[in-house]
Amino acid sequence: MYAPSFAAPTTVADAVQLLANASGVTRVLAGGTDLLVQLRSGILKPDLIVDTKRIPELRTITTEGGGYRIGASVSGAEAGEHAALSRDWPGVVEAVELIGSTQIQGRASFVGNLCNASPAADAVPALVAAGATVVIAGPNGEREIAVEQVPTGPGRTSLAKGEMVIAVKLPPKPVRTGDAYLRFIPRTEMDIAVVGAGVCVTLDGQGVCRAAKVSLGAVAPTVLVVSAAAAALVGSKLDDAALATLDAAAQAACNPISDKRGTIEYRTRVAGVLSRRAAAIAFKRAGA
Amino acid sequence: MAKHHISTTINGEPVEFLCNTEQTMLDVLRDELHLTGTKEGCATGDCGACSITVDGRLVCACLMLGVEAEGHAVETIEGMADGDKLHPLQQKFLEYAALQCGICTPGFLIASKALLEHNPDPTEEEARYWLAGNLCRCTGYDKIIRAVLDTAADMRGAS
Ligand SMILES: Cc1cc2nc3c(=O)[nH]c(=O)nc-3n(C[C@H](O)[C@H](O)[C@H](O)COP(=O)(O)OP(=O)(O)OC[C@H]3O[C@@H](n4cnc5c(N)ncnc54)[C@H](O)[C@@H]3O)c2cc1C
Ligand code: FES
Ligand code: FES
Repeated sequence: MYAPSFAAPTTVADAVQLLANASGVTRVLAGGTDLLVQLRSGILKPDLIVDTKRIPELRTITTEGGGYRIGASVSGAEAGEHAALSRDWPGVVEAVELIGSTQIQGRASFVGNLCNASPAADAVPALVAAGATVVIAGPNGEREIAVEQVPTGPGRTSLAKGEMVIAVKLPPKPVRTGDAYLRFIPRTEMDIAVVGAGVCVTLDGQGVCRAAKVSLGAVAPTVLVVSAAAAALVGSKLDDAALATLDAAAQAACNPISDKRGTIEYRTRVAGVLSRRAAAIAFKRAGA
Repeated sequence: MAKHHISTTINGEPVEFLCNTEQTMLDVLRDELHLTGTKEGCATGDCGACSITVDGRLVCACLMLGVEAEGHAVETIEGMADGDKLHPLQQKFLEYAALQCGICTPGFLIASKALLEHNPDPTEEEARYWLAGNLCRCTGYDKIIRAVLDTAADMRGAS
């Protein structure tokens, strides 16, 4: 009979050691809102499950050098209740709050959303646009990489055996910076993104965009960083010409699939529209 | 593998149970502890019939392992009434006929109680969004929402 082992270590060092020394398939358990569904359906049969919610540093949000360090097991509900984080990075927080229902929010984490590596993960484009990084602990110590370097394909990540994410880091927010995330789903709650668009912009004193990052979800096997779309915003005050270039660049970057939620053509069009709308919100939040 | 021995608190009472790793909290409540008020609709987090709170946080029991309950305080529908005295939400659900077959009702009650603890004065829209993870096949939701908003008004008046 299938009987996985279970451990709930209280330090990162113990968790890493358990993951590194185990034979067979191992899985970290954060909120379990992806993992338990996979476990119950039999898609996944891990030999060892390591619950990371008893590691205190993974459960807290701290400020670090003007930015934030969000522990890997912090739930969406906890992020949403953090007033300073919600004020500084509203796009990131609204993205994680779009995940599932109140019940799912009570458990679902940013890092689970990222490491599950679904192309449609809602929190991911928002984190990417905001320039977030993750801190990874493993048998050889810690390393820090950009969020977009974690997923390598549907269900696959760049984490090596024995490695786990311990935190997401958001940089100190530059002045006159705003971020936004929008997703399109066929109804208003509880569905998987047809397209998700994250935009973050920094303006100068005249309201001209000086830096931008645009990220798209659900339109390719992994989250996209669309440099051409960001370039369309830089130097503009979000006039019609910039919006048109942004829309075209976002559409050109898409490499989606057709499924019951939308065709390739539909997803591509929606990616352009959402990029424009998210950019407008980001500009407004940056003080335009 | 040997079963896990878990010590937890359920509805204010200390409870111990044995479970396997892959048993969910819902399996433990229903099959091991015979607390069958918490229902299984989907077992995939979509319907909310299995709603419980853990340390005051609303979650789906079907998406939590039983082993995770160690040291935490779990609340289920069995703890909602005070003896024979129904919770105001339970009373109001009866008055409004906010249930038909009843399979979704424990989940709606637990989720609504969590809503009113979090926000004693929700708008209709806030209540509908909060309860979006609770599905009901029978009522059409309207009576449930009316019952929740009316309870909220009563409870604000009483305090
Ligand atoms: C009803 C329902 C609705 C949902 N709606 C949405 C939605 O609208 N949008 C959306 O994007 N998602 C949605 N999801 C999916 C899921 O809730 C999210 O992806 C969530 O963020 C996963 O987080 P978690 O903490 O529950 O992850 P878990 O299930 O605990 O883990 C997910 C994966 O990440 C790995 N992992 C977790 N923590 C770490 C770590 N620290 N280091 C390395 N790997 C780790 C796990 O091993 C597992 O493979 C929904 C799920 C359900 C059941
Ligand atoms: S049984 Fe848990 S959400 Fe449906
Ligand atoms: S009363 Fe039957 S499902 Fe809600």
